[in-house]
Amino acid sequence: MTSPDTSVPVVLDRVSVAIGGRPILRDVDLTVHAGDMVTLLGPNGSGKSTLVRALTGLLPVARGEVRLFGTPLDDFGDWQRIGFVPQRSTATGGVPATVREVVASGRVGRRRLLRPTSAADRSAVESALEVVGLSDRASHGVSQLSGGQQQRVLIARALAGEPDLLVLDEPTAGVDLPNQQALADALRQLKERGATIVLVAHEIGPMMPLIDRTVVMRDGWVAYDGPPLTQEVASHTHHHHDHDVPGGHDHAPHVSSPFDWERGNPG
Amino acid sequence: MSFIDLLSLDFMQRALVAALLTGLAAPAIGTFIVQRRLALLGDGIGHVAVTGVALGLLTGASPTWSAIVVAVLGAVLMEVIRERGHTNGDVALALLFYGGLAGGVLITGIAGQGAATLQAYLFGSLNSISFADVVFTAILAAVVLVLTLGLSPQLFAVASDQDFARVAGLRVRGYNLLIAVLAAVSITVAMRTVGLLLVSALMVVPVATSQQLARSFRATFVGAMLVGCVASVGGLLLSAALSFRVDVAPGPTIVLMALAMFTATWPIGVWLRRRSRLMAPFPEVSAAPHRSTDQHPHEHGKDCGHPAVPHADHVDYVHDGHRHAPHGEHYDEH
Repeated sequence: MTSPDTSVPVVLDRVSVAIGGRPILRDVDLTVHAGDMVTLLGPNGSGKSTLVRALTGLLPVARGEVRLFGTPLDDFGDWQRIGFVPQRSTATGGVPATVREVVASGRVGRRRLLRPTSAADRSAVESALEVVGLSDRASHGVSQLSGGQQQRVLIARALAGEPDLLVLDEPTAGVDLPNQQALADALRQLKERGATIVLVAHEIGPMMPLIDRTVVMRDGWVAYDGPPLTQEVASHTHHHHDHDVPGGHDHAPHVSSPFDWERGNPG
Repeated sequence: MSFIDLLSLDFMQRALVAALLTGLAAPAIGTFIVQRRLALLGDGIGHVAVTGVALGLLTGASPTWSAIVVAVLGAVLMEVIRERGHTNGDVALALLFYGGLAGGVLITGIAGQGAATLQAYLFGSLNSISFADVVFTAILAAVVLVLTLGLSPQLFAVASDQDFARVAGLRVRGYNLLIAVLAAVSITVAMRTVGLLLVSALMVVPVATSQQLARSFRATFVGAMLVGCVASVGGLLLSAALSFRVDVAPGPTIVLMALAMFTATWPIGVWLRRRSRLMAPFPEVSAAPHRSTDQHPHEHGKDCGHPAVPHADHVDYVHDGHRHAPHGEHYDEH
């Protein structure tokens, strides 16, 4: 038995994840080493997002073990070391908020209860805004920004927590090229500081030179794990095209009745 | 008796204090509820609290206490259903709304009380408020204010993005329950002021009013509390002033006052949003072909009346679906 290495940010040890009793991920082994940038590619429904949600503790693991920085997920408490950019969430809520307010909410994992904002909080927020190139928009309302800029706000929010591991779920979906470039610049700066990055992507574009390793998911399995692949190669090798694949399917069951829920799913 | 004499009466002073506290507390928690896009949650809890009041009437316990207990239980139940029930949480909530109201009316009947007793709770009865009620309201309002202000960074994070907040290490379920419980508490606080059926208005309408003009969350939050205070104190005074001529209930007056403030700010909000949309900078696009206008008798300038929208290193003047950028003697189509 090997002792868990606390310097390894992510270890998935034969992880299976089920949603609504249906297996989505099956026996996934994945180790991400410190300072690496790993992209997860694969068609829709292949389990990329499920993998990311399992490793951030948003989905329970049915079998196997997830370890973050050497600690099993259930015992893991250093959540401020993890930065997360959720999929397709908009930065806007029911109440207007400025860019700075949304980014400042990224400090929430490092703040203590009932304490005012510290100088460290403020400087982390300003530097996160600078990294994504939105300093001049800090006091704008988030809803005034374009979709790509909102995505950069969400990345700045994750950066404001000064994470050692950044997990991004499809940050490039529907983002135009200049904004993708801005995203890539932000990730480069973060990588230069020694952060580990796990990126789920459909479009890699300007991020290609940053990538150390590519993992291709297919139908809940790891189909490829090795040197970086371009999007084209990945989809040609394993699938003709990402979208409208004949026979492409989604394993996640859809629960629609109001009082139905899954046992063991914290929702 | 004049209006000033009326203000010196004990019951009126108690009512004013209660109205002020309600006007502060309800919008404070309401801001987070609207942020979570659960504007009707307050309505649901209010309906459930009707059953609580009726249980109080039936058992002889204080209806305020039984309302608090049932409202908190109802809020927690709704939160659990919403969290676990995936997509159609709204249907489950609707079931609770109707169950709460029907149960309340039924139990009130069994308790041998008429609709008039229930009406005081459904639509408020500020003028019958006792000193003990005021103290009770003040304590609950203080609890709501301290928690919403003190935990606002955490509540904001949870209300705007649950997944993010959970990965940041927050106990999201705990904060969601806290929001629901605080909502239930503010509803019972406001029960005496505007009544259970109108209570949600004081949580939502001030926030809607405030966000017409505010751009930041903080400004919306403070503005909503201000609107809430002005509406509840103003509404109470207005109903007192009118009461010399007609019988005007304070609860509906307060709600209509808040709605009037919304109606007044709404056009300004529409104008502000339209203007900020118009003036948003155009994105830079490389290698656009050069096209100049055919004929352009009008000369664009600082005060020519056309919006000057930033575009890279210059401005475009926008009119009639064109974007005209000055280029030497002529204008380019951008």
